Amino acid sequence: MSNFSVGFRSSGPVQILDLQGELDAHTAADLEAAIQKCQKENNVHIVVNGAELMYISSAGLGVFMAHIEEVRDGGGDIKIAALQPKVFNVFDLLGFPMLFDIVDSEEAAVSRFEASSAD
Amino acid sequence: MAPTTYTLTIPSSTRFLKEVRRFVAVHAAEAGLDEMRVAQLTMAVDEACTNVIEHAYEGAAEQPIEIAVIAGRKELTIRIRDHGRTFDQRAYREPDLADYAKKRKSGGLGVHIMHKLMDEVAYRSTGRYNECRLVTYLP
Repeated sequence: MSNFSVGFRSSGPVQILDLQGELDAHTAADLEAAIQKCQKENNVHIVVNGAELMYISSAGLGVFMAHIEEVRDGGGDIKIAALQPKVFNVFDLLGFPMLFDIVDSEEAAVSRFEASSAD
Repeated sequence: MAPTTYTLTIPSSTRFLKEVRRFVAVHAAEAGLDEMRVAQLTMAVDEACTNVIEHAYEGAAEQPIEIAVIAGRKELTIRIRDHGRTFDQRAYREPDLADYAKKRKSGGLGVHIMHKLMDEVAYRSTGRYNECRLVTYLP
C-alpha cells in the first residue's frame, strides 16, 4: 500500500490539494498526476496543504519545480501551506521560498489568491 | 572502541526507500543526533539510494543496494554500495533553482541536497562496487 495520498477539495475557485504521508521517488508520480489533473481541468489556483505531509525528497520537490512556471504562465500559482517544521526546513534550506509562495496556513494561501484577483 | 556497524540490503526499487529511511532514522537517533539532524541524514541517504536506482542500475529492479550505518565516536557515516554502472557524481556544482524552474527541470536536485545536508560526501569505485559515503559529525 502506498504511504502517500493526495486529497482534492475546493475553496471557491481555489483548488486545495491535501498531501498526506511521505513523498519520495516512489510516490512523486501521485503528486505529478494530481497537479496535471488540476491543469487539465483548468484549476490553476492551487494550494498545497502540507499539514499531513511527513516527508519530502527531491523527487517531490522536483514535481513542484517542473510545474510552477507552466501554472503561472496559465495565470495561476501553486502556493504551499501549513508545512510541518521539519518539512519546511528542507524547502528553506534549498532556497524554495525564493521561488514559491510558502505560507503558514491554508486560509492565508487562499486569501492571497483572493487578494491578487481583486487587484 | 571500534565503530558499530549496522547493515541493510535492499533491492533496487523505490518501493524500499521507506524502509531505508526507517533503518537510518533508528540508528541515527541511537547515535545521538537530534530530530532535525536525523531528518536531514535520512533525506541525504534517500537521495543517494534514489540516484543508485535511477542512474547506477538505470531502473532495473532486484539489484542489491547495501547500506551500512557506521557509528564512530566523532561521526556517523552512511556507506551505500552498488554494483551497477559507475556514474560520475564528483563534478558537483550548486544548481540555480530559478533556472531549473524555467527549464521545467525536475532531476538533479538530489546531489545538491546531499551536499547541503551532509558534512562530507565522498564517492569511489573499486571495479567491484561503487560506494558513496555520507558523513555527519556527532554533537
